[in-house]
Amino acid sequence: MELFHNLAIGFGVAFTFTNLLYCLVGCILGTLIGVLPGIGPVATIAMLLPATYALPPVSALIMLAGIYYGAQYGGSTTAILVNLPGESSSVVTCIDGYQMARQGRAGPALAAAGLGSFFAGCVGTLILAAFAPPLTELAFKFGPAEYFSLMTLGLIGAVVLASGSLLKAVAMIVLGLLLGIVGTDVNSGVARFSFDIPELTDGIGFVVIAMGVFGYGEIIGNLSQPDDEREVFTANVKGLFPTKDDFKRMAPAVLRGTALGSALGILPGGGALLAAFAAYALEKKIKMSPGEVPFGKGNIRGVASPESANNAGAQTSFIPLLTLGIPPNAVMALMVGAMTIHNIQPGPQVMTSNPELFWGLIASMWIGNAMLVILNLPLIGMWIKLLTVPYKFLFPAIVLFCAVGVYSTNNNTFDVWMVAIFGVIGYIFLKLKTEPAPLLLGFILGPMMEENLRRALLLSRGTWSVFVTRPLSAGLLVAACLLLGIVLLPSIKAKREEAFVEE
Amino acid sequence: MGIKSQADFFSGVMFTAVGATFAVGATTYNIGDGARMGPGYFPLMLGILLSVLGLLIIFQALVVETADGGKIGKWAWKPLFFVIAANVAFGVLLGGLPSIGLPAMGLIIAIYALTIIASLAGEHFKLRDVLVLATILAVGSYIAFIWALKLQIQVWPTFISG
Repeated sequence: MELFHNLAIGFGVAFTFTNLLYCLVGCILGTLIGVLPGIGPVATIAMLLPATYALPPVSALIMLAGIYYGAQYGGSTTAILVNLPGESSSVVTCIDGYQMARQGRAGPALAAAGLGSFFAGCVGTLILAAFAPPLTELAFKFGPAEYFSLMTLGLIGAVVLASGSLLKAVAMIVLGLLLGIVGTDVNSGVARFSFDIPELTDGIGFVVIAMGVFGYGEIIGNLSQPDDEREVFTANVKGLFPTKDDFKRMAPAVLRGTALGSALGILPGGGALLAAFAAYALEKKIKMSPGEVPFGKGNIRGVASPESANNAGAQTSFIPLLTLGIPPNAVMALMVGAMTIHNIQPGPQVMTSNPELFWGLIASMWIGNAMLVILNLPLIGMWIKLLTVPYKFLFPAIVLFCAVGVYSTNNNTFDVWMVAIFGVIGYIFLKLKTEPAPLLLGFILGPMMEENLRRALLLSRGTWSVFVTRPLSAGLLVAACLLLGIVLLPSIKAKREEAFVEE
Repeated sequence: MGIKSQADFFSGVMFTAVGATFAVGATTYNIGDGARMGPGYFPLMLGILLSVLGLLIIFQALVVETADGGKIGKWAWKPLFFVIAANVAFGVLLGGLPSIGLPAMGLIIAIYALTIIASLAGEHFKLRDVLVLATILAVGSYIAFIWALKLQIQVWPTFISG
């Protein structure tokens, strides 16, 4: 079997001492930022990007990936114990998880989240390993026209599945594309929108945008809200193990969550957040067995399913990145950045040119999931202690890490001024209720889209119909239109709003 | 016809303005045509698209009724100012500012400044706590960034380390 052979290569790479260490570091960091509310994987990965310069590329990617799926585990702890989503994809876990904690059943809730996540992580990794090669084959048939259409589909997917106003999300993408264009044009060598500032001819650093908008913007937003009384259920986490009854309810919910999460992770625009929302909505639709606690009152299914889904989604969202080189969400956009730092062009050629990196990363995810179960269940006490650290001590530290991270990207203070500007912009976005994630995605895809559009039209001698006459490209565009059409249907539109308002 | 959603209205204005700026800026570069695109082609297209989207959002904000009026709410000037100021102070102290003749003061001093200024953004400021926090962060950063990750950052002021 090809798959097992490949996985064997992967485990060979992942089981070296260095890579195990970085996997562990990534998982610990991921859990840490997952547990801490107010800082998510996007800001953390952006912060750590510069620090990975010195590492070998495989280790760097293993660590960064660990942060993403580690955050999915950690986020549930905070959601259950404090009723605050430690991480945005844990928003729905709060609903039933916190209620369980109040009834003294925090242990089973944590166990359901942890075990569900572990199962989903394993399945997600397997799906990734199984689906990546055939998709890669397909990707080699892609010309510039197909790539352009694919990116269009990806961007539309990102908008459709994002929360909030559709128009504003599209506008944010376009704004991101425009910001991505700042800098020297590769074809003509003209420096665009650089205002004769030498640093700007290299373009705006995406670490700068990510940190400014996601890091500083969020901190300012958090500080402007009055401190809530937080009730932390630290004392009553005992009896971690769910009862037999719990298991009976949990198991099918975990399976459903995993299946849904894996499917949604592959979709452009998908990933952990969407998966969790969809899974919770699905669980609510499924008939209650007699004697079951209603949703919103501490139903274990309401914890197990979204937690499984977000972890499965986190794993499978690597598929579009690793096979097509197209990031489906903001975290994956950062992974593109990480790969570029190490001179790896994301795309279908990664699997053939760097098989040890490709399979090593996949294998490390399985190992990482195993580490995370241990980190999050037996060692839960350690993370609970962390929750008692007040925000007033946390946020200066976060500001510091952002500043150091930005400065060390280029060892240049210019970036520090830029991040200040984007911090203000980030806060403006927050006030105007515009979601910043599509902006980052557009920013990463901007130069790629322009390049492929140019090439496609150069080859077709300026005929725009090339995008619809090539069957693959036409198919992708049709899919994009369908997606857009579906969301605009009144009945779905109402559902979509409902799904994101339900918190 | 009043503004039905403040947040939407002003974001529409922002998008329109930024889009128009980019579009106008793009015309200073060679536009070219479809087959041979110049550097101005793609930004011009996107700039126009963004302005149109912005106008649509403005229109929607004026027409579609919202429950709470889409209020923007109060601006949190204090956190905004101090968080950004902390960041700028960090940059100035770490790298120095030759234009005003300020030498580079290095990482440690920059961390103390950043922590103190950033803490002012919060509600309860206690100098003693903040200094303890700054010391922990300074030591931690030295270990993590300088010792473990070996980042090339100046640690002490120029006049001490030479």
